[in-house]
Amino acid sequence: MLTRRRSGRLVAGVAGGVADHLGIPVLWVRVAFVLLAGAQGSGVLAYALLWMFVRQEGLDVRRAVDRRERQQALGLTVLALGVGLAAATLNNGVIGWIVGPLGVAGVGVAVVWREADEAQRRRWAVGARAGVLGMGGSGGRAMVIRIVAGVLFVASGIAVFLLGQLNLGQLQFGVLAVLATIVGVAVLTVPWWVRLVRELGEERRERIVESERAEIAAHLHDSVLQTLALIQRQAADPREVQRLARGQERELRTWLYGPTGYGRGGTKAPTLDERLSVALGAAAAEVEDTYAITVNPVFVGDVPLDDGLRALVLASREAIVNAAKHAGVEEISVYVEVEAEQDGGEVHVFVRDRGKGFDPDAVPADRHGLADSIHRRMERHHGTVRLRSTPGEGTEVHLAMPVGAAEGQDQDGARQDDARQDDARQDDARQDDARQDDARHDERGDPVPAPTDEHEDAPR
Amino acid sequence: MTETPAPEGTPAPAGAPDPDAPIRVFLVDDHGLFRSGVRAELDRGVAGSPEIEVAGEAGSVEEAVAGIAHLRPDVVLLDVHMPDGGGAEVLRRVRPNQPEVVFLALSVSDAAEDVIAVIRAGARGYVTKTISATELGDAVRRVRAGDPVFSPRLAGFVLDAFSDRPGAAPAVDPELDLLTRRERDVLRLLARGYAYKEIAGELFISVKTVETHVSSVLRKTQLSNRYELSRWASDRRLV
Repeated sequence: MLTRRRSGRLVAGVAGGVADHLGIPVLWVRVAFVLLAGAQGSGVLAYALLWMFVRQEGLDVRRAVDRRERQQALGLTVLALGVGLAAATLNNGVIGWIVGPLGVAGVGVAVVWREADEAQRRRWAVGARAGVLGMGGSGGRAMVIRIVAGVLFVASGIAVFLLGQLNLGQLQFGVLAVLATIVGVAVLTVPWWVRLVRELGEERRERIVESERAEIAAHLHDSVLQTLALIQRQAADPREVQRLARGQERELRTWLYGPTGYGRGGTKAPTLDERLSVALGAAAAEVEDTYAITVNPVFVGDVPLDDGLRALVLASREAIVNAAKHAGVEEISVYVEVEAEQDGGEVHVFVRDRGKGFDPDAVPADRHGLADSIHRRMERHHGTVRLRSTPGEGTEVHLAMPVGAAEGQDQDGARQDDARQDDARQDDARQDDARQDDARHDERGDPVPAPTDEHEDAPR
Repeated sequence: MTETPAPEGTPAPAGAPDPDAPIRVFLVDDHGLFRSGVRAELDRGVAGSPEIEVAGEAGSVEEAVAGIAHLRPDVVLLDVHMPDGGGAEVLRRVRPNQPEVVFLALSVSDAAEDVIAVIRAGARGYVTKTISATELGDAVRRVRAGDPVFSPRLAGFVLDAFSDRPGAAPAVDPELDLLTRRERDVLRLLARGYAYKEIAGELFISVKTVETHVSSVLRKTQLSNRYELSRWASDRRLV
């Protein structure tokens, strides 16, 4: 950001600041201002505007300025004023004698503004937050004298300018004098106005930061601290600790990195069921919570849910539950890939564990989990299931579902399942009642009417 | 490794120095607690050969740059999120002077842009902090031997970035901006949680070939002009 130099400056540090910002020697900038001063005095105007609106650098950076450079700068400043005046005079004789007294007023303004810079610096140094106009008091007599001198310059400049217009009538002179005074006061107090505006802006920013901080603190308190307290109380039960920690990790991760999370600048709560990744992620999280295992879902691509994909989510959930219950592993990989094409495409879900494995042909026919929840549900929606399992090496379930497939005949059945799933999600286990999960999971572990044998070998 | 992601992209011959010498690891993470945890796990001895020893650790970018220059470790375990620029900054400052040091990003972050950014800055792999000690040991040995380490999640990110969505910008350089069919297959299996050996068995190719494919994917991730890859990095002024 462009800032004005605080040390090593001659007038207001504008040239130095511009040089620092552009990374060029300060001498070039000064010469440029002088040259611009020749063009209708625009250099002087530009300098004044930069002085007004560019803030000083915040810290005291020490710069060594030798005498030669200082003299050079002084010479250039005088030259700039001279060039500006000369240019104005050459162009128009009338403007010349107006510029004379106004030039005097300009010098007065410069003196007062410089004093305002000093006051600002002192304020920073002391760290006191004086009032907006609280420039008196700390500066001492020298400052008062300088300001009075500046004001006198301005006043006399304006007076001389007005006296130059003697041909005016009494009334016009009065009106003009009032206007000129108002303009003079306005120009003189510019630094304080600018400061006022800036302070308001800073205050607003601080308020925003403050509320942001409060929000983060509240979130950490509600989630992380609570969980840590729970973990301390459950320290004797490693399984419970693991479950709490993993659940909290997932929640924090969603908050930080999730699609509508804090890190994404999102403000609205994520709506479930909208996208495949959200729905399947939630299903995986739920199983993770219930069975105290780790489920690592990896998504490539995403699509909005349709009926077929809802069935896919439920089937995947069932596959994850099966793995959690029977494989005897701590970790399950879930990989979801969307092969999106313009018209349709296909979604593949792979649920993989490295657990016990089993012989698919030896599964009793009355085991509903695989048959009902996965095979039939997928078939209803024109999806396919492939199962690979080797005893001792683990199991992989591959589910494929076309996107935007023709509606299945058994719509109602699928809808019921969906509704039940939603119920289950609504009473999503929070950490504080995690202990009740044992009792509860029997009611909601399986979305389909579960046969009794499914529950007897649950991993508890 | 004398290897940088050179345009040829073939992994350097494994174990160019002494294959049995212990691997010296340097930890960079701004959380002291996490550093001491990893250190304890690695020092306790992770089964396997060669052994892994922790040569030093650092808690900030400055310390890391100085420490790596001084201790000359074989492998640096690098946190992605740190004050003053994070892991990408360490990579940017160390790699020009010490191309032989191998970086393995070890992060708690799940955000694709963070992960892709360190990979593009030159890390040879990325694993999450929840990785078990044994797996971490394997990962360290593997990057030391010149092979990239792709966690399933990273494989997913890369597949995502290289996927041809409708409306995606056309590839500028097909050599770098597209994955071959085989590379895609390998990445998919990685994302599904397969080990290199299992991938080799599944695709009827040798483990060495799998490694070559993964190296080539890593090289493409680092050098490709693909919009998704560049955008993540340039949004955060990391490139």
